[in-house]
Amino acid sequence: MSDLLSVEGLGIAFGGIKAVNDVSFRVRAGEIVSVIGPNGAGKTTLFNMISGVYLPGSGRVVLNGEDVTGMAPHLLARRGLSRTFQNLQIFQSMTVLENAVTGYHLQERGPVLADLLGLPSSRRRARTADAGARRLLARVGLDRAAEREAGNLSYGSLKRLEIARALALNPKVLLLDEPAAGCNAVETEEIDHLIAEVAAAGVAILLVEHDMKMVMRISNHIVVLDHGEKIAEGNPAAVSQNPAVIAAYLGAENADG
Amino acid sequence: MSELLQFLFSGLTVGAVYALVALGFTIIYNASDVVNFAQGEFVMLGGMITWFAHAQGLPLPLAALIAIAVTALLGVAMNKLMIEPARGAPVVSLIIITIGASIFIQGGTQLIFGKEIHSFPAFSGDEPLRIGGATILPQSLWVIAGALVVYVALWLFFTRTLLGRAVLATANNRLAAQLVGINTSFVMTLSFALSAAIGALGGMLAAPITLTAYNVGIGFALKGFAGAMLGGMGSPKGALTGGFLIGLIEALTAGYVSSQYKDAAAFVVILLVLFFMPQGLFGRKSTDRV
Repeated sequence: MSDLLSVEGLGIAFGGIKAVNDVSFRVRAGEIVSVIGPNGAGKTTLFNMISGVYLPGSGRVVLNGEDVTGMAPHLLARRGLSRTFQNLQIFQSMTVLENAVTGYHLQERGPVLADLLGLPSSRRRARTADAGARRLLARVGLDRAAEREAGNLSYGSLKRLEIARALALNPKVLLLDEPAAGCNAVETEEIDHLIAEVAAAGVAILLVEHDMKMVMRISNHIVVLDHGEKIAEGNPAAVSQNPAVIAAYLGAENADG
Repeated sequence: MSELLQFLFSGLTVGAVYALVALGFTIIYNASDVVNFAQGEFVMLGGMITWFAHAQGLPLPLAALIAIAVTALLGVAMNKLMIEPARGAPVVSLIIITIGASIFIQGGTQLIFGKEIHSFPAFSGDEPLRIGGATILPQSLWVIAGALVVYVALWLFFTRTLLGRAVLATANNRLAAQLVGINTSFVMTLSFALSAAIGALGGMLAAPITLTAYNVGIGFALKGFAGAMLGGMGSPKGALTGGFLIGLIEALTAGYVSSQYKDAAAFVVILLVLFFMPQGLFGRKSTDRV
């Protein structure tokens, strides 16, 4: 299958410190690739460069065959890239349903004038978006909270709301930053299934996650970062046996001894 | 009794204009957290351009449409030339830029149209209608209807259309809005265009009653701002209610206290709101999380 996302020699420095340095990997359609590494390894920074939040200092991001390095986030979204955040980017004072509906903005938006005049076609599109958003909320188990103000939800629920909103974009590439953080075991398993389902539909998934059991269970391929550099990659079995990875996670002394 | 009714009528008339100004504030504030102090100039331009176009021999409805369209374009230009280049600046800096824009527009208007006070004929004649011993001008009904229609249209826009929700989403969390594919700089441009058009509509409707000149904008901006604050910044319902309340308070102060104090009334209201009810009547509590 073709590469939907390919990251080539990506790097960025903040005040002389190389937060990410020369990282390359690719994600094919239907594949789940996880990026792991100790805290501060540069995982979220990598995500921010891929999704257009940070401008990369070096390297390229290729989305579905097109060089999209440094492209504005809304244009990336229009090309099929969607993401969630480790520390959540939710529309706090809007309802859960309204949050999910914004994800439909791209698919269902029509002529500006139609919306300004409130034409029937515009109302119809808004209703389609509402119905789609409700279906997605049901899929992540938030249908009963649809009318609540998002700011009042628990962290775990907000995580799932963010996933629903990201899915509403109907993405080709989905970046998930710690989707299971703050979720209990049952919720984590539900998110597992959801991710597998989305991948099975042909979406390329790039995942950052601290829950190693989950990572080992669902990943096709794992990329390991430490101090901003890629120190290993491979399938879950190979990565978990890799001495450099063990050293990075446990500290150098343990690995030596 | 008929005296009170008369004060109420005049309060509702100016209140409708303030409500339109406040609704204009609301749109830009909703998209950007910026209070646009040039909002009053949009009102002034609505009146001035209508007068000018009408004086050139154009029929009044056409002159009014031109005024609204030109003012909307000026709103877009203001966003593109003054606000957008300063993107990333703190909101306070942007607000100060809007004050600069207001002074600039006022100066430009004075150069082009002069310092004279102007007017044009009322839409449905000047014969006052008698209701319960008091009188109201047909033009007042136009202004009040204008405010109500704009309010309903905005309410539908923000709650029933995806574009309206995109505007609210942009205000709520700009980064998240971009990530779901919302072009936030387009949303800003649209907000300035809408705001300017609504301001111009207000100015055009009010000019036959209040008359217009290059320097009437500031007064409208301050009263409209008071209305928006009283109603709760960002809420269309608040803007409508607040605008009408300020108009009524002003008219009752002028009637029962002294017309010398009528302008002070709006500012007393601003102070009281800031001291005792910073969220206004319908404003949302700010829930900043760290």
